[in-house]
Amino acid sequence: MSKLSPIKINSLNHYFGKGSLKKQVLFNINLQVQPGQVIILMGQSGSGKTTLLTLIGGLRSVQEGNLQVLGQELNKANTDQLIKIRRKIGYIFQAHNLLTFLTASQNVQMSAKLNKNIPSKEIAQRCNTMLEAVGLGNRVNYYPDALSGGQKQRVAIARALVGNPELVLADEPTAALDSHSGRDVVNLLHKLAKEQNCAILIVTHDNRILDIADKIIYMEDGQLAISDSNFHVQQ
Amino acid sequence: MKAPLAWLQLSHKKTRLLVALAGIAFADLLMFIQLGFQAALFESNVKLHKSFKGDIFLISPNADASVTMKPFSRRRIYQSLSIEGVKSITYVYMDFSIWKNPIDKSTRGVLIFGLNPDSNPLELPGLSNKINAIKQKDVYLFDELSRSEFGPIPSLIQEKETVTTEMENHRIKVGGLFALGASFAADGNLITSDTNFHRLFPNRDPSLIDIGVVYINNNAQLELVQKALKEKLPNDVRVLSKTEFIQWEKDYWKDSTAIGFIFTMGTGIGFLVGILIVYQILYTDVSDHLSEYATLKAIGYKNNYFLIVVFQEAIILAILGYIPGISITIGFYSLAAGATSLPIIMTLNRAITVFILTLIMCFISGLIAIRRLDEADPADIF
Repeated sequence: MSKLSPIKINSLNHYFGKGSLKKQVLFNINLQVQPGQVIILMGQSGSGKTTLLTLIGGLRSVQEGNLQVLGQELNKANTDQLIKIRRKIGYIFQAHNLLTFLTASQNVQMSAKLNKNIPSKEIAQRCNTMLEAVGLGNRVNYYPDALSGGQKQRVAIARALVGNPELVLADEPTAALDSHSGRDVVNLLHKLAKEQNCAILIVTHDNRILDIADKIIYMEDGQLAISDSNFHVQQ
Repeated sequence: MKAPLAWLQLSHKKTRLLVALAGIAFADLLMFIQLGFQAALFESNVKLHKSFKGDIFLISPNADASVTMKPFSRRRIYQSLSIEGVKSITYVYMDFSIWKNPIDKSTRGVLIFGLNPDSNPLELPGLSNKINAIKQKDVYLFDELSRSEFGPIPSLIQEKETVTTEMENHRIKVGGLFALGASFAADGNLITSDTNFHRLFPNRDPSLIDIGVVYINNNAQLELVQKALKEKLPNDVRVLSKTEFIQWEKDYWKDSTAIGFIFTMGTGIGFLVGILIVYQILYTDVSDHLSEYATLKAIGYKNNYFLIVVFQEAIILAILGYIPGISITIGFYSLAAGATSLPIIMTLNRAITVFILTLIMCFISGLIAIRRLDEADPADIF
């Protein structure tokens, strides 16, 4: 499994709307991501990068083409298969989306409980260890309202990584943060992902974090564009 | 996580939780008041039935309730004497007449019981002391708990022993008091002897009675005697045990009049108010957490998980709201019982009924609120 590409995309097209309003938003996307690779996906608003991210994340149904995530073909996958895949992926959202009525540790546990590989007795311990790893060892019992923006995003990272996923999808993880804490969060994400040999796909506008990428992809009007000679993007 | 998500979510906003509980307690109080008053009114209406000393009662199958008694043949009650286990019998005549208030001469319908003073089947406060008075010609006993429109009879009796007035051009004397109380059937009650009764109603056939009262031997089994009576007697009488006799009266007021409907509607309104309050709370709660729910859906939680959370919230709200609800009700009952002299008390049955209603109420609200969950689309959160 770990030898497999976490993401493998072939001739993926996607449309919004129906009938005469039908509009194509993704055009012939081809992409392969290697295990442990950090990919940054950039592009203007409306270029289709979020659509691509939701498709990879199993949050939207694939319409045309092939999309394999962690070995599972998502085209024509049923709801249960999608949910199974989603449980294997770590998600980091633009807004932290933590549950306000749960403590930092409880928020991370919500994710850990879905992972069948973590024995239920170890969940609490594992979550606190993960929070220590993101530098919040002394904040495990704080509610999100009592944490700063950067701290909340670090809880979100702990939540995404607690199950040792092979793939993390991050949507603008630094958007709500100042440059300093944004940089911290990205470094942390990078470091932990490398330790776990976890592939990361980050959608961002933030030019300051591009240096952590193994590969940068630009998206324009629904098409992927090469921008670096090092790229293994298959057009 | 030790505590369930539902509780953590509810208890996070303490003020909102308190408002929700107050709302549910209020809905419970409304339901309790309606059900309590209804039961109390029914109870007050069967006071007469409960005052009978007999074990088995014969009535006409055409009689609906004490307000519409239909006479039946006296022979039936005498036939009962041949059944094994029957100790003795007696019977009562009942009819309505028009009472003239001795002070202001206004008139009002009054219910009159005609019975044999030597085998009086009624056990009412004051009655046994005065029962011999009705052996005199045209002497009646007056229900001191009758409505005040009948005149200040109790105080007049205190002053001058007897009060004289008229009923349908017939001169009568009040020779004493007893206590029964007004009911749906009658605003006031009079008791007299069977002889005086027929003097007042000369057109009534004395061989037709309204209630037959059967006493059974101490060692006789009620069910067996009742069964034997049913087999022996023709279909022109109904044979009821005392419990059935009481229930028969209650059923009439509950099912055949608007009274049951009105209180049922009142209870229903309390129920609806509860649904609205709980729905409002759960809906706001779901709405407030929509993006969090979407996040949980995105990371792999199934829809069922959220259904369970919302239903757990409903159950928690039901239980926590019920406790203050029933506590306030018990206090309210004792206040109301004092103010109305109606027998308003909490019964285990009613406590359970309202609790189940509260649960159903919260479940229905949960069902409606849950529809909002579908709007938590995980694709929208990126």
